[in-house]
Amino acid sequence: MSRAEDIAADLLARMLDAGAARVTPDILQPAETLLDLYGEDIRARAYVTHDPALGEMMLRPDFTVPVVQAHMAGGAEPARYAYAGPVFRKQSASRAREYLQVGYEVFARDMAAQADAEVFALFARLLQAYGLRPVTGDMGLITAAVAGLSTTDRRRAALLRHVWRPKRFRALLERMRGQGPLATERAALIERLRAAPAEALMADAGPHLGLRSEEEIAERIVALLEDADTAPIPEGQAQALEVLLQLAAPARDALAQMRAMGWEAITPALDRLEARLGALDDKGINTETLPFEASFGRTNMEYYDGFVFGFIARDDMPPVASGGRYDALTAVLGQGRAIPAVGGVIRPDLLAQLEGAQ
Amino acid sequence: MTIKLGVPSKGRLMEQTFDWFADRGLRLARTGAAREYAGAVEGVEGMELVLLSASEIPRELAAGRIHLGVTGSDLVRETLPDWQASVAELTPMGFGHADLILAVPVTWVDVDTLDDLDAAAAAFRARHGFRLRIATKYHRLVREHLRAHGVADYQLVDSQGATEGTIRNLTAEAVADITSTGETLRANHLKILQGPPIHCSQATLFAAKSASWTDCSAAMGLLSQRLGVILSSEVFANP
Repeated sequence: MSRAEDIAADLLARMLDAGAARVTPDILQPAETLLDLYGEDIRARAYVTHDPALGEMMLRPDFTVPVVQAHMAGGAEPARYAYAGPVFRKQSASRAREYLQVGYEVFARDMAAQADAEVFALFARLLQAYGLRPVTGDMGLITAAVAGLSTTDRRRAALLRHVWRPKRFRALLERMRGQGPLATERAALIERLRAAPAEALMADAGPHLGLRSEEEIAERIVALLEDADTAPIPEGQAQALEVLLQLAAPARDALAQMRAMGWEAITPALDRLEARLGALDDKGINTETLPFEASFGRTNMEYYDGFVFGFIARDDMPPVASGGRYDALTAVLGQGRAIPAVGGVIRPDLLAQLEGAQ
Repeated sequence: MTIKLGVPSKGRLMEQTFDWFADRGLRLARTGAAREYAGAVEGVEGMELVLLSASEIPRELAAGRIHLGVTGSDLVRETLPDWQASVAELTPMGFGHADLILAVPVTWVDVDTLDDLDAAAAAFRARHGFRLRIATKYHRLVREHLRAHGVADYQLVDSQGATEGTIRNLTAEAVADITSTGETLRANHLKILQGPPIHCSQATLFAAKSASWTDCSAAMGLLSQRLGVILSSEVFANP
C-alpha cells in the first residue's frame, strides 16, 4: 500500500468517527449529467468512454455529483457522508492523472453556518500536522452584490452566469458600463439592427436555415434594442463591486471593511458571513487571523455558491484540500427538490508528497 | 545518425514543400516508382526523406520517429496535447494558408461576435433544453478558444467532413472549420464571426524534441544555414 493510500484510509476513518456514513459511488458515471453541469470544458479534463448500452460515460472527475445524486435518491436528513477513492483528470504531463480524493459532505437544513464551520474545522483538524495555509471566501457575497446592482434582470442574470469566469465577467461588466471593446462592437450591432425591422434584416441576409428559429433571432433583437436603451451600471456600484472582488484580508477585518462599505444589497450575505465566523469561533478557529479572499473559488470551483475554502501548501502545487457550499447544485440534480449542502475533499497524494519533501 | 525529414506524401502540399526546400538548395526527390513512398534528400549527407500523410506527421514528430516534419500548424496544435512540450516550431513556410473560423447562419443578424454567440447559446439552451451545438473536427483548438473567451452553454459535435452542411441537416447550430477563401461558407449561407480567427494555419517546419539528435551536428549545422532556422539544443529544451 502506498503512503497516499495509508493517509487516505486514516483520513476516511477519522471522517467516519466524526459521524459520516461511508458512500462508494461508481467510477463510471454518465457523461451527460456532468457535461450539462460543467459545460464542454469538462470534456477536455475528464476521460470519456463509450458504453454500448449506456452511451457516453466518464471516469469520475470528482465525487460530489454522484454523492449528491445518491443523497437526493433517498438519503436521511441531516446526512453526513465520507468517501475515498481515485478520481481521473486529463492534465498536462507534469500533473497526476489519477489520484485519490477523500471527502466529507454534509446535507442539512437550517444550520448553514454550523455546517460550514463543522466541515472547515474538521478539515483544519485532519490537516493540522501539515502546516498548510487556509484560505476562505464566499461566493454568496459576489452573487448578492451582482443581484444588488441597479440594472435590468437580464444584465444581472448575464453577469451571474459568468461569475466563475472572472475575465469574461469583467468584460461584461465593462460593456454594461458602456466602456471597452465589447461596448463599441455592441454599438455597431445596434446601429445595424435599428436600420430596418428584424424580418427585413433576415430576409436581406439570405435563406434561413438551422434549428435556431427566426422567432428566436427576432426575440434577441428586441432584447438587444431594449438593452441599448438601458442606462449604464452606475460607476459607484461598479467600482464598489471591483473593490469587493479584490478584497483580501483576515476574516474579521474583511467583514468590518465590507460592513463599512454601507452596501445594503450585501447586508444579508454579510450577516451570514458573520454567523459563520461565530460558528467557526465556537469550533476553535481563530477568525481574527483566518485569511479571507473575496474572489477565492471563482476560477475552478464552478458549482460552489456560498462559503468556499482551501488549504494550500505551496503556490506551485494544487490546493491540498478544497471545498464549499453548493446549495444550487442539489436543486439542479434533485429534479425539483433541493437541500443545502457543504463539503470538501483532501488529496492524500499531495500530503504524501509533502511528507516526502520534509 | 540519420536525420529523418517527414513530408506530406501527396498533392499540392508535397509539391510546395519540395519547391520550398529546392529554393534553399535541398533537392527532395522520390526514389523508385512514382507511387513508392520513399525519398531522398540531395545536398545533405545523412538525411533521409520520409513521405507521410500530413495528418500523421504531428504524431510521428511527437513520438520522435522523425526528426523534422512539414505539416499544418493547425494539425500540430489540434493533435498534440501540450504541443510545445514535444515539438519546436522552426519556421512558417509561407504556403498552405487556411484559417480556422467560427461560422453561423447569415440570418443570425443578431450575432456578430463571440460575445453575441455566448448570449445566443444561453438563450438557445433555455429554450431547447440542450446546449448549442458547434460542429467541428478541431475539438481542442475550438474548445480552448471558446474557453479563453468565456463562451458557455455550447457543445462540440464531431464532424469529419462536409461540416458546413450540418446546420441545414439540423445536427448543429454553428460550425468551426478551416477556410481559405470562404466560398464554401457563403455557398452554404453561413457567415464568419468577427474578430481574429481561432487559428491562422500554414505549412510549417517542425522539429521533434524527443528524437535522437546525437551525432548529427554536421547535418544540423548545414540545415540551420540553408534553411535559415536555428537547430540547436536550445530549440529542444522544454519551455
